[in-house]
Amino acid sequence: MSLLQLHKVSSSPWGKPLLADINLQLTGGEIHGVVGPNGAGKSTLLRCISGELPSTGDIQFQEQSLGVWEQRHKAQQLALLLQQTQLNFPFKVKEVVAMGRIPHDSGFQRDQQIVDEAMHAVDVHEMATQRYTQLSGGEKQRVQLARILAQVWDQQQPLLLMDEPTSALDLDHQQLLRNVLLQKRDQGWAIVVVLHDFNLLASLCDQVSVLQEGAVVAQGAPDKVFTAALFQQVFNSDVHIMNHPVEGYPVMMPV
Amino acid sequence: MNPRQLRLILLILLPLSLLAALGMGAVAIPFAEIWPALSGDEAFRRQAVILEQLRLPRTLLAALVGSILAISGATMQGLFRNPLADPSLIGVTAGASLGASLVIVLSSGLVLEGLAGLSLISLGAFLGGLLSVVFVYRLATSENGTSVATMLLAGVAITALAGGLGNLLEFIADNHSLRRISLWRMGGLEGANTIRVCLAAAAAITLLLALPRFSDALNALLLGESEARHLGINVDRVKRMLVCWTALAVGISVSLAGTIAFVGLVVPHVVRLMIGPDHRHLLPLSALTGAILLVLADTLARVVIAPTELPIGVVTALLGVPFFISLLRQRHQFGMPT
Repeated sequence: MSLLQLHKVSSSPWGKPLLADINLQLTGGEIHGVVGPNGAGKSTLLRCISGELPSTGDIQFQEQSLGVWEQRHKAQQLALLLQQTQLNFPFKVKEVVAMGRIPHDSGFQRDQQIVDEAMHAVDVHEMATQRYTQLSGGEKQRVQLARILAQVWDQQQPLLLMDEPTSALDLDHQQLLRNVLLQKRDQGWAIVVVLHDFNLLASLCDQVSVLQEGAVVAQGAPDKVFTAALFQQVFNSDVHIMNHPVEGYPVMMPV
Repeated sequence: MNPRQLRLILLILLPLSLLAALGMGAVAIPFAEIWPALSGDEAFRRQAVILEQLRLPRTLLAALVGSILAISGATMQGLFRNPLADPSLIGVTAGASLGASLVIVLSSGLVLEGLAGLSLISLGAFLGGLLSVVFVYRLATSENGTSVATMLLAGVAITALAGGLGNLLEFIADNHSLRRISLWRMGGLEGANTIRVCLAAAAAITLLLALPRFSDALNALLLGESEARHLGINVDRVKRMLVCWTALAVGISVSLAGTIAFVGLVVPHVVRLMIGPDHRHLLPLSALTGAILLVLADTLARVVIAPTELPIGVVTALLGVPFFISLLRQRHQFGMPT
């Protein structure tokens, strides 16, 4: 059963077409990567899937048309991490993470437990009582990650949409996040992630879509999709591609 | 300080401040005589008249207006995601001010009775406030929903427009009207009577019941509108409801007590600096603090140069702002951005 299915999805929220005829299919237990140059429509794609931007075509989430979903019910199953969150009010870290439980009625005790587990997962539990406004950029990003994780933590087959979740993370926490996502994937979560780090993407994703000017130019397993020709065509860059000596996934380096 | 401690302190302070307000004034009434006088003891007839006719309605009005302004201010700051927002931002105060000025100037020389204990000035202020909010809201709403940023700018615009028209009215007004306008602007609770107290109570109770249900939504909105939507919040409905409730209540409060500055701006800040920005605590505790602050301010206004009274808006500004500034100087301790 596919958890998420996009059929000929197009979107032009401000007149100019940003996405054209996107097809995509995702089952539970699968991570789908999205790459592409700046302005290719990656964030737009995530915001269409989440229902925030209007789109034409058909988007099915858990075999129900996206428009049918009641907003709060959808929020229990689908979480989106935005590139940047402007929060200027001095909430404590644990209060920010607890906002992920707003769509749920699971009770204070259960919520606290989930918030705690989510904070441990991305290593922010030690700053639980610190003020969000006093954190560094990478720490803020981890707090937002914990909030998104907490939002769908106890669901069977939730969908997680992430827009550049590692942009401010150090290497250690990138690895931590990768392990968390792989673990959640194995529990049945479906994850769509936008990344600019091809090596991380290749080590994480089961499938990738390459976007260029709003259209999918390549789709499939990373080792099939990532070729020198593709990088030349889409990113106008010469790269050398080889296999990771231990894990086997494709590794890309600029020539 | 945690929210529970602050709530306890405020719940002790509120009855104390009410007692102080009833006891203090041009004629001092010892605390021991307040209850016998109010319960109809013949020996305290004189005190009973002062309390029932003057101090009790006035003190209650102060508490209710203070809570309305403070909880509305907290709501507006959350809705606009801007700690500088206050209830006047959506144009309600400026519109009310213009409405009141208009009635004062047009009715100069006439003796108008008004409606059921409410002066015509109050009605003019209420209508003016409501009309300007409707204008601001309509201006900021398109088929894509309501833009908070546009609402802010529209509020600034209508405030400037109402201010300009108000100045024009003052320009053509005679000296007597001019003084009434400027006194009205400074705010005052001296017109308190049973009808006014009941109206303010209805508005305050409505707000206290309605707004806390939006605590989660307001918290989520501080993350951003997009984030709030993804947490399952119907953002446009929330905005519409919040603007509606606060505009109605603040409109009523302004028309009953004039424009009382700084309560709506400062009180939520003070509370936030003490217990953090979580609206589940911020909203009710702001209402309590606002009530206490305005009761104390009104008491001061009555006793400082008794038997003459200071305008209450002057007292709230002179009392609230130094306190606020002292908190701002310690803002690092509270995690405020520097």
